[in-house]
Amino acid sequence: MNDLSATPRIAYSAAAMQPTVVRRLRGLSDKALAWLFITPTIVLLLAINIFPLIWTIYLSFTSYRANRINAATRWLGIDWYQSILTDPDIWAAMQVTAHFVIWTVIIETVLGFGLAVLIDKKFRGHGVWTTIILLPMMLSPAVVGNFWTFLYQPQIGLFNYVVAFVTGRSASSFQMLGDVTLSPWAIVIVDAWMWTPYVMLICLAGLRSIPDYIYEAAEVDRASKWRQFWSITLPMALPFIMLAVLFRGIENFKMFDMVNLLTGGGPGSTTEVASITLKRAAFESWRTGYSSAFAIILFVTVFGLANIYVKALNRVKSR
Amino acid sequence: MSLAAHSVVEPSAGTRRFAGSLVVLYAIITMIPLVWIVLTSFKSPDDAISYPPKILFTPSFEGYCNLFTTRSRQTPEFIGTLGPPQGLCDRIARSRNMVVAGPSNYLPRFVNSLIIAFGSTVLAVALGTLAAYGFSRFRVPMKDDLLFFILSTRMMPPIAVAIPIYLMYRTVGLSDTRLGMILLYTSVNVSLAVWLLKGFIDEIPREYEEAAMIDGYTRFQAFVKVVLPQATTGIAATAIFCLIFAWNEYAFAVLLTSGSAQTAPPFIPIIIGEGGQDWPAVAAGTTLFLVPIVVFTVLLRKHLLRGITFGAVRK
Repeated sequence: MNDLSATPRIAYSAAAMQPTVVRRLRGLSDKALAWLFITPTIVLLLAINIFPLIWTIYLSFTSYRANRINAATRWLGIDWYQSILTDPDIWAAMQVTAHFVIWTVIIETVLGFGLAVLIDKKFRGHGVWTTIILLPMMLSPAVVGNFWTFLYQPQIGLFNYVVAFVTGRSASSFQMLGDVTLSPWAIVIVDAWMWTPYVMLICLAGLRSIPDYIYEAAEVDRASKWRQFWSITLPMALPFIMLAVLFRGIENFKMFDMVNLLTGGGPGSTTEVASITLKRAAFESWRTGYSSAFAIILFVTVFGLANIYVKALNRVKSR
Repeated sequence: MSLAAHSVVEPSAGTRRFAGSLVVLYAIITMIPLVWIVLTSFKSPDDAISYPPKILFTPSFEGYCNLFTTRSRQTPEFIGTLGPPQGLCDRIARSRNMVVAGPSNYLPRFVNSLIIAFGSTVLAVALGTLAAYGFSRFRVPMKDDLLFFILSTRMMPPIAVAIPIYLMYRTVGLSDTRLGMILLYTSVNVSLAVWLLKGFIDEIPREYEEAAMIDGYTRFQAFVKVVLPQATTGIAATAIFCLIFAWNEYAFAVLLTSGSAQTAPPFIPIIIGEGGQDWPAVAAGTTLFLVPIVVFTVLLRKHLLRGITFGAVRK
């Protein structure tokens, strides 16, 4: 505790004056106050994030199983890491995750940026419609994802009905959640529905950050609208698009709740993203050591992405 | 900015109408699932699963009744011996040869959600405001590293964090307790609170506090009497973001709670009736759960961008 150094001085001054809280704080230097303000947050994060993380690292080298507390725990070294990195099931899960991340990010970026360009035309009532569009991303992915299973019901679901109505196929001829080829797309659709507004909002901020005089100069130079889009709009909004892509990439890499409720990883393991594999290993098979090692591998991956994100963030800020 | 100031680059009326109609079309399509949830919550179980899906139907409160009650099936003879039905839900239940057996778990789960969300929000915002002020105004060694550390705690996949938390809570007796969930959500939210509030406090001119301190305020008094009132909007916006996160959270809740501390998100999907999911009841639970968020989203709309990007992008 760094603020301890200030304590003797406070005690001294408090003895000389009325020892009220305010008087005590009056004696604190800015440095002591800074640590007094910051320490509680750091302590909480150390206790609930960092201590467990270190524990996970330790467990990842052992044979510990959370459902067999009394069994002897053996030190295994890097065995789990080796077996995970050579496990075809893990790589299959990573592939499913990659498919999910790449397609959601592409769809959300294209739709989100498109919507942002349209909303930036400031048509009448754009504020109200923007707020309506933003609603899905504020809702609970679990609760809403759960309701999508109803929309995806083969015979009675609204989604199947609409697809049947548009394409002329029978509404019970396809199962969005039960079909090996369709279920990865079922989760992509729900994610795109939820998070396109997120990308849209960030892109909109990017578009609005472009000063009008640049377009005015382009008009004077008789640049076509098409040329203006490619030479002004897109490059100047690019840092914002990148920011949105990175945020969505990290979030979807960690995706658990929506997929868990929509498909639970099934059918088979066709939608088993990394978090679902981790949950199955940790809380269903109770392979605590193994799942700890996998958690560390995932964390290192996300942390790498986070570093890229912070660099991008600084670049956006320095503009 | 007046419209006349940049007339050269103003989109034409036709462009605007075209853009507007596309956006409205998207908004309508995107609202269909949400409207469907609300409609389904007012359907009878038969209407809810009819084909083709019914848009027009006789409204029924059966979903809401089933959400809040548990019922047991009885013979018509037994029901005949009972007195007149007590209230709407009893009447609906009896029309299906059932009697209301007692309240369901939805209300306690909803209350858990409220307590945990508000508890963790108050803690996270209190801690976050102090830390944000510290980072904003003082020379803190390794400031950038500490701020990145605070942010990075949010980057961990929830399941990865849940494994040791599960073991830790089991050891100290916090498993399936509201306190445990409040502490956990506080630790997740505090990173958002610090980053957002630092942005808001950075925008308050230092001169205000300096003037107050020249007038004889201590640094702490200046913080309480000058900075906090100025930061009210930012603190309110941050609080709503923390509240929404804690309210919506599912991964930790489903893995770490099962009974007395369970929140609504893990509970709603397991609402089942006779022979499968009781969709009107699920829809009713979902509707009631989503309404506060819709209200908050409308309140927050000016600060949404800041909140979702950890303060990286400000309007």
